[in-house]
Amino acid sequence: MRLDQRCIIDMIKQQSKVLDIGCGDGSLIDYLCRYHQCDARGIEVDMSYVTKAVGKGLPVIHGNADFDLQHYPTGGFDYVVLSRTLQAVNRPREVLQQMLRIGRYAIVSFPNFGHWTLRLQLLLKGRMPMTNVWGKYWYETPNIHPCTMTDFVNLSRKEGYKIERWMAIDDQGGRAPWERSIRLANFFGEQALFLLTR
Amino acid sequence: MAESEENYLNSDENQDPLTQKIMFKDGICLENGQYLAPLEIAYQTYGQLSAAKDNAILICHALTGDQYVTDINPISKKAGWWSNMVGPGCPIDTNKYFIICTNVLGSCMGTTGPRSMREDGQKIGRWGADFPAITIKDMVNAQKMLIDHFQIKQLFAVIGGSMGGMQTLQWAVSYPDQVYAVIPIATSSFHSAQNIAFNEVGRQAIFSDPDWRDGEYWRYGVTPYRGLAVARMMAHITYLSEDALNRKFGRRLQERLKDSSFPIFGEVFQVESYLHYQGSNFVRRFDANSYVTITRAMDWFDLSHAYDGDLVQAFAHVKSRFCVISLSSDWLFPTSRSRVIVQALNRVGARVSFVEIATDKGHDAFLLEEPDLDITIRGFLSGIEEQRRLEHYAS
Repeated sequence: MRLDQRCIIDMIKQQSKVLDIGCGDGSLIDYLCRYHQCDARGIEVDMSYVTKAVGKGLPVIHGNADFDLQHYPTGGFDYVVLSRTLQAVNRPREVLQQMLRIGRYAIVSFPNFGHWTLRLQLLLKGRMPMTNVWGKYWYETPNIHPCTMTDFVNLSRKEGYKIERWMAIDDQGGRAPWERSIRLANFFGEQALFLLTR
Repeated sequence: MAESEENYLNSDENQDPLTQKIMFKDGICLENGQYLAPLEIAYQTYGQLSAAKDNAILICHALTGDQYVTDINPISKKAGWWSNMVGPGCPIDTNKYFIICTNVLGSCMGTTGPRSMREDGQKIGRWGADFPAITIKDMVNAQKMLIDHFQIKQLFAVIGGSMGGMQTLQWAVSYPDQVYAVIPIATSSFHSAQNIAFNEVGRQAIFSDPDWRDGEYWRYGVTPYRGLAVARMMAHITYLSEDALNRKFGRRLQERLKDSSFPIFGEVFQVESYLHYQGSNFVRRFDANSYVTITRAMDWFDLSHAYDGDLVQAFAHVKSRFCVISLSSDWLFPTSRSRVIVQALNRVGARVSFVEIATDKGHDAFLLEEPDLDITIRGFLSGIEEQRRLEHYAS
């Protein structure tokens, strides 16, 4: 399992109902079902992942965060997880709204565009940054809505969401030491993880 | 009994002495209020029912299918229609599960249908065209009687494709406590105008055959072969995809023909002789009245009908786990129709998995080799088996 998924699991209470959007091969929901006594389900846009996940016996549907969330009942889940997907959806703001309609908590992780290496590359080269996390050319990346941690905090404030917890995560997915200041985390954190409520 | 009728009886090759059968003397009350008695159900079972009776899987066959899921079909002498899916070590493993498949109500492979002798005292002989209108729900209710007979409290799964898929959905709605899991494949929660239109062309082909004789053909020792064959040919096209037909036949001509000749009559293209073969094969094993009865049952099907057209309401009380499967090149029951089912299930918070199998073989692909279909069904079954074990520990 990816290390950042460990951090996500730490935020989820046992025996809760979880919807994982962009669940990939379902390793997070597999863990939640097996060892966390959760009722966890997934949505994934890539069919080969869906087949793999259902082939492992996991409740996963083929679907798209931009269109399929509207079909879930209000308050139907305790947690709605969107990991490393926010930057790739068409309407991130609406997706967040849907997540907090469906679930009591929203857990969102995304690669932080405010990281100093990206800032430096843009400053010195004047070109779209390329790093391990942002590994594709601007014209072939599925990431259409990159944002920084500060951007995300601002959006959450504007929408009236409460940030229950946040953390910066390093390249490998482990917790990074920037827990005091979001400004520092925004500069040094490669990935961001937020726990929101309404 | 008239001599011609005697011939019909003797030529009734769909009666196999090995078929398992059960008679319910009191019959069944149909959705239209009519009583159909007695009710006979022909079925096949594979594997062993566990002592706890918790490993039974009901398989629902498609429109013109039968109860011979696997092994050799005693009538056609060919392999069963799902022998690549069901059997020892197969995705639906008969070493683990007890498989039941009934011939549907209204069909002609041993379960009560238009071919059956009527015992309602109104007319002597067979039901023929007088056989009452039945629905998918009636078919499911008949299956339920058999399941009760086996004293199975809860089916581990109900699985079916096409019309069989409609039955699986009906099971989940009608008997929410009696089905742990449901796998509807290449199906829909309702029969669309286009679906009905295709069926109607088939029925009209049958009715316009001079041997149809108002559905009493058996009294005259004839059968509307040509009409039934045309109906089958037309339906068969809807089961395939354009790509599958192109790959198989393209525009290839019959061997004896030259490119320079332009005949109008006779078999010109290879795809034509293929359809003729499909049609003639079919009339040997299927009854015209049954075809009319069952296609009508499909046409009536709309799961949301009893709920003011609201499918979400229809699913409001389901408890089963669903694995909805669609086929990418199926244009008879396209993926969009499976999405309708999945979305309605999501709205009621049901546990649902949904996979679209990438295939260019069309609607019929669920009967053919499709590795992803095998992986999906095998994985889903083993997954829910584990979940059921976990639930047992928890409770």
